[in-house]
Amino acid sequence: MLAPPVRCAGLAKRYADVVAVAGLDLTVNARECFGLLGPNGAGKTTTIEILEGLTAPDRGEVEVLGMRWTGGANARALRERLGIQLQDTQLAEKLTVEETVRLFRSFYRASHSVEEVLGLVGLEEKRAAWVGKLSGGQKQRLAVACALVSQPELLFLDEPTTGLDPQSRRQLWDVIGRFRAAGGTVLLTTHYMEEAERLCDRVAIMDHGKVIALGTPRSLIASLGAEHVVEFALADGATRAPSPSELAALPGVRAVRPGLDRTALTVAEVHRAVPALLGLLERRGAELSLLATHHATLEDVFVSLTGRQLRDA
Amino acid sequence: MRDHPLVQLTLARMREFYREPEAIFWVFGFPIVLAFALGIAFRNRGPGELRVAVLRGAGDSAVAAALARAPGLTAALLDSGEARLQLRTGRVALLVVPGDPVVYRYDSTRTESRLARLEADEVVQRARGRADPARVTDQRVTEPGSRYIDFLIPGLLGMNLMGSGLWGVGFSVVQARTKKLLKRFMATPMRRSHYLLSFILSRLVFLFLEVAALVGFGWWMFHVGVRGSFGAVAFITVLGALSFAGLGMLVASRARTIEAVSGLMNLVMLPMWILSGTFFSYARFPDAMQPFVKALPLTALNDALRAVMIDGSRLSALGASLGIVTAWGVVSFVVALQIFRWR
Repeated sequence: MLAPPVRCAGLAKRYADVVAVAGLDLTVNARECFGLLGPNGAGKTTTIEILEGLTAPDRGEVEVLGMRWTGGANARALRERLGIQLQDTQLAEKLTVEETVRLFRSFYRASHSVEEVLGLVGLEEKRAAWVGKLSGGQKQRLAVACALVSQPELLFLDEPTTGLDPQSRRQLWDVIGRFRAAGGTVLLTTHYMEEAERLCDRVAIMDHGKVIALGTPRSLIASLGAEHVVEFALADGATRAPSPSELAALPGVRAVRPGLDRTALTVAEVHRAVPALLGLLERRGAELSLLATHHATLEDVFVSLTGRQLRDA
Repeated sequence: MRDHPLVQLTLARMREFYREPEAIFWVFGFPIVLAFALGIAFRNRGPGELRVAVLRGAGDSAVAAALARAPGLTAALLDSGEARLQLRTGRVALLVVPGDPVVYRYDSTRTESRLARLEADEVVQRARGRADPARVTDQRVTEPGSRYIDFLIPGLLGMNLMGSGLWGVGFSVVQARTKKLLKRFMATPMRRSHYLLSFILSRLVFLFLEVAALVGFGWWMFHVGVRGSFGAVAFITVLGALSFAGLGMLVASRARTIEAVSGLMNLVMLPMWILSGTFFSYARFPDAMQPFVKALPLTALNDALRAVMIDGSRLSALGASLGIVTAWGVVSFVVALQIFRWR
């Protein structure tokens, strides 16, 4: 059987005063889109850069496409088969899109033509434009084009859609979708739940350099034991607020998470929990200032595991 | 061929350079502007007219008239206060006080004043009846290569090779590093040697234009010629460019920010601007400093360029200078490779 595209065990890396990765095991299967999900500083970028052979781990084993990062000709042979997009690369502003792709293309033996790869990311019309004149989304698609030009078997994307508007984000998702449809394997990092749920077959949720949950987005959400989240806030603050134990006793409620400005309930049956909640509040004379329900997301999984929001963790 | 990584990297280097108008000016325009301004300011005019003051008093008009007749002198009758002021501010080179004895007041550290004293004394002595025992005639010549501009053009050439070598390589490398482009390249199978070589190659392309522009301008505007062979000039400039590219690589090998590398560049270049005999001869520095000054790469490069351009020396006579230039380049490059920060 073929080795999995990415396998690592016991990975650890510390910088002067910070532990970036603290013992991490991962396996990414062939043709899979695997997501590393977590807040900023969780160790996602360090992890992906170790896998990319750009950072040496303090401890642990890494195998990429069945090979190890040993340097020299071996590493070059491995790099021929990878496509890499880094989080904060700024491509030369005074080169055109076409010149940039042609430059990256020249580093690889086998590669797409410039036309093909610009077609893949939808930048055909910008081929003569200077990189400095592109929008954020276009720059990001160009960065992915430079990763795809080698016809990689395995694509590493580090926060590919951070800072992009929703439309640009969707365009990039389409690019990734087409790469997967052609049989490619993807490992990406993100701190957008929606992106992970939409793109990834499996997700590893990271926090403080460790994987704290691993599975398909659906199974992770199901692990909450409930599919909905009800959030409410009171107009007159905490004085008339029901206690967590009262809330937990309501029908259908599985978990209660008091927050700073609102309280979140994880519930199995919205149609029973919400009327019961409203009845309870009415009996206490509390006035609602906010009531919202949504399907449980990976965000809720993260919050239930760490007690913190992903975005501000 | 066109898609060879070395070709593509070199093309990228060149495009980034010529699409930056400021860079074009500093590399091509600035040395020419400097040559033009300094060439005009220090063109050979001889010492010009020397202004001499005669103090008002008995016999002043006869002395003033005699002085005014002498070629190269103008005389003015001044009161004592005004005369002192003008002498102090250098508007007159010499103050003559008529009488017996005739008194010359002047600052003996000023070349102009000493010259004026000699000329004025000549006039005064002859007016009193001195006869010269020997017959003399003057033959005036202007030696090509002896003008300031002849000295300046090779110096500017050397300075330009240093500046564009250090900035061209150092700045681009650090910029690529701060923008994480270097790290991105490391994530491809690109060979490091190709990356470094692309700097050398693009330097050589622009070097040809730089040298042609400055030497061409000097010849067209000031008739500064090249006495030695053009082949020798080409060899020395290529050697100099490579040496300073190596030094640029060394300066840029660790720096993480543009500010850091700019500081380092100035630290490297400033002493050489002053010490290496670009604008004036380094022989003016004290003897104790000479071994240090002569060991600098720009000093050696300027010496070699002047030897060929002004004196018409052959390359074989320039072993010491060329050796110093080469040594700096090789050592810098080797050290840079050892300590280079690739991400």
